[in-house]
Amino acid sequence: MAEEFEPKIVAFLCKWCSSAGSDLAGVSRMEYPPNVVPIQVMCSGSVSPLYIFSAFNKGADGVLVSGCHPGDCHYIKGNYYARRRIHLVKKLLEFVGLEPERFQMSWVSAAEGTKYTQVIKEFVNELKPLGPQNKLRRNP
Amino acid sequence: MKRTGVFICHCGINIAGTVDVKKVAQELAKHPGVVHAEDYVYMCSDPGQNLIIQAIKEKNLDNVVVACCSPTLHETTFRNTSKAGGLNIFRCEIANIREQCSWVHKDKSSATQKATKITKSAVEKVRRNESLEAISVPVTRRALVVGGGIAGIQAALDLGNSGFEVILVEKNPSIGGHMIQLSETFPTLDCSQCILTPKMVEVSKHPKVKLMTYSEVQDVSGYVGNFKVKILKKPTYVDPDKCNLCDECTKVCPIVVPNEFELGLTGRRAIYIPFPQAIPASYTLDIKACPGLMPIACGKCADVCDVKAIDYDMKPQIIEEEVGAIILATGYDLYDKANMAEYGYGKYADVLDGLQFERLCSASGPTKGQILRPSDHKEPKEVVFIQCSGSRDPENHCAYCSKICCMYTAKHAMLYKHHVHDGQAYIFYIDIRSGGKGYEEFVQRAVEEDGVLYLRGKVSKVFEDKGKLKVWGVDTLTGKHIEITADMVVLAQAMRPAQGAQELAKKLKLAMDKDGFLAEAHPKLRPVESVTSGMFLAGAAQAPKDIPEAVSQASGAAAKAVTILSQERLYHSPTVAKVLSNLCTGCGMCVQVCPYEAIAHKDGKVEVNEVLCEGCGTCSATCLRAAIQVKNLTLHQVHEMINACLGG
Ligand code: FES
Repeated sequence: MAEEFEPKIVAFLCKWCSSAGSDLAGVSRMEYPPNVVPIQVMCSGSVSPLYIFSAFNKGADGVLVSGCHPGDCHYIKGNYYARRRIHLVKKLLEFVGLEPERFQMSWVSAAEGTKYTQVIKEFVNELKPLGPQNKLRRNP
Repeated sequence: MKRTGVFICHCGINIAGTVDVKKVAQELAKHPGVVHAEDYVYMCSDPGQNLIIQAIKEKNLDNVVVACCSPTLHETTFRNTSKAGGLNIFRCEIANIREQCSWVHKDKSSATQKATKITKSAVEKVRRNESLEAISVPVTRRALVVGGGIAGIQAALDLGNSGFEVILVEKNPSIGGHMIQLSETFPTLDCSQCILTPKMVEVSKHPKVKLMTYSEVQDVSGYVGNFKVKILKKPTYVDPDKCNLCDECTKVCPIVVPNEFELGLTGRRAIYIPFPQAIPASYTLDIKACPGLMPIACGKCADVCDVKAIDYDMKPQIIEEEVGAIILATGYDLYDKANMAEYGYGKYADVLDGLQFERLCSASGPTKGQILRPSDHKEPKEVVFIQCSGSRDPENHCAYCSKICCMYTAKHAMLYKHHVHDGQAYIFYIDIRSGGKGYEEFVQRAVEEDGVLYLRGKVSKVFEDKGKLKVWGVDTLTGKHIEITADMVVLAQAMRPAQGAQELAKKLKLAMDKDGFLAEAHPKLRPVESVTSGMFLAGAAQAPKDIPEAVSQASGAAAKAVTILSQERLYHSPTVAKVLSNLCTGCGMCVQVCPYEAIAHKDGKVEVNEVLCEGCGTCSATCLRAAIQVKNLTLHQVHEMINACLGG
């Protein structure tokens, strides 16, 4: 085999927990693969299904949405809405034939640098065997 | 096209060690709209910031992107730099290439690629940012203090003395909290009542303080500077203005229930005054204990009340108040003794908790200051005190140290010796924690002057044997089994957040720590602020603490509240939701999901209350037509950021 496939991942991280958690991973000098490019959003509840479709459409091999643990959202209940919405989006993506592993949600608090690192490592490992995502890509 | 300048920080070698910063600058220089890209060793230093200001002026920049550390560190710094260069602060964005890139990767080429994408994404965002000004709102210059113990009283006095109106809400019929139940306080052995009652009187007479006892906060809405509070005033059925404390009513009341103030060591009537120095000085009719408010059911108290102070028709009232800041001083309760079955609590009358022992020592207590066994009213000659009862036991009880028990147990043993000269006090302890001014000396005094015997070890069992209490334990220093035949056992119960405090925290949307104490905004640097702006913490509501600490925190919380109340106006982030009214159909889905009730229907569409909106964006993700979006993080912006992140 030639070069190993390196999946491209977009991660939507809420500002108050998951982005802070990923900062902590940095401060603690943990290491994880560089496949993920983060986009900081205010809250996981602000992640519109359109963000997710747009990312796959633009060629993402995987999309991660990460927010505060249920009950801990800075905006009280944003992540509950996120959880429901993301569940539906996942169903929809499966329906159109996308591998369910390509779209994930995680709860990472500001204190969980280790967990963030783990989430990314596992996600990258799960995506590698799947190869590039062409189902929803605009120009495969 | 808008002109963007990109500034890449080396952060010494923190970034430049893993990311090829020159390469990032080269790549960015090719990006559409970027007219300037440079790197510098420490962008946040004075010369670094000057580079930015100069470039803004010389290259006539519209936007600035600084690729550096996390925005939590230097977003404000660089936004102010951009402002100094003549730009609106929202024309500056941070690309986090340190915490989220250079610090977590090793391979230079892939880290450089990632840093380039992150920076491009920030360029795409900033190009489409609107210039915004902070939203300003007037401040309601009054405060609410919840909890009338020593912390709440201190906070209310400090605020009142600073010239602000304060509403002090207490759920019990009298203020005073647990401190008023104590007999003496460590390490000076001042009489607790003597030092607290003057403060209680002061706060109740303070012209700026509105005291609301027997009242509970039901609901809080609004935001820092402008809270709306609903307070439930429970009926006492006694008019405090008419009541002359003649005490005739309690003499005729046929009902006896355990007396909370005396922790069940005595009883009280259904109509009662919690303790003689209660403030307000008035009686309360406990509706749960009273056989009924109908004169047919009983009505004896109203019959004997000469001044007609008793009013069975009193109704609960909801009082609405507006305040700018809130201080929570909801205090503590002791860990439920029902959990300490191994120590025989509840089974044996002579196994007491620390607060009950305080009442036995107190001159105003049920035994008038004589230490007597509740079971037979005899003087106990051997007393075993057990520290860490329920504390420092993560498997079975509370994991944390309750902090004050070492000191108050030393005090209890000492007081016991002062009352019963020929008695012997034993203390089982795990460690002695006596950090504090005069505290270590106090413990030494207990040992040296009062002959208190400290036994290092845990008690495994307390049981009754021929009218005495047998205490089994192990001395961990000698490894020997110890058996003491005692007349009384006193448990230094763990401190827990006060009953009802957690429900209140939920209503106020306040964060709690894993043990249910109210969480501070930062454990070191913001210890009196809660995570919700405008709400502050004082006393044992935040963590177990002793009186001097509770008082200092209360004064700290009051000072923090004054930083808000002393302003005419507060400023609020302008990155709030806005409605694109040509797309809005008025379906109202956003209205339902908004956590702040900031969106309302208007003329067939919706409208955002910018003061209430926190900019979380839940509405924007819900709208099927993308007709509501958060300023400076619009759908269009996110699309372009995704593009940049994917290298497209
Ligand atoms: S702020 Fe983190 S999920 Fe809402």
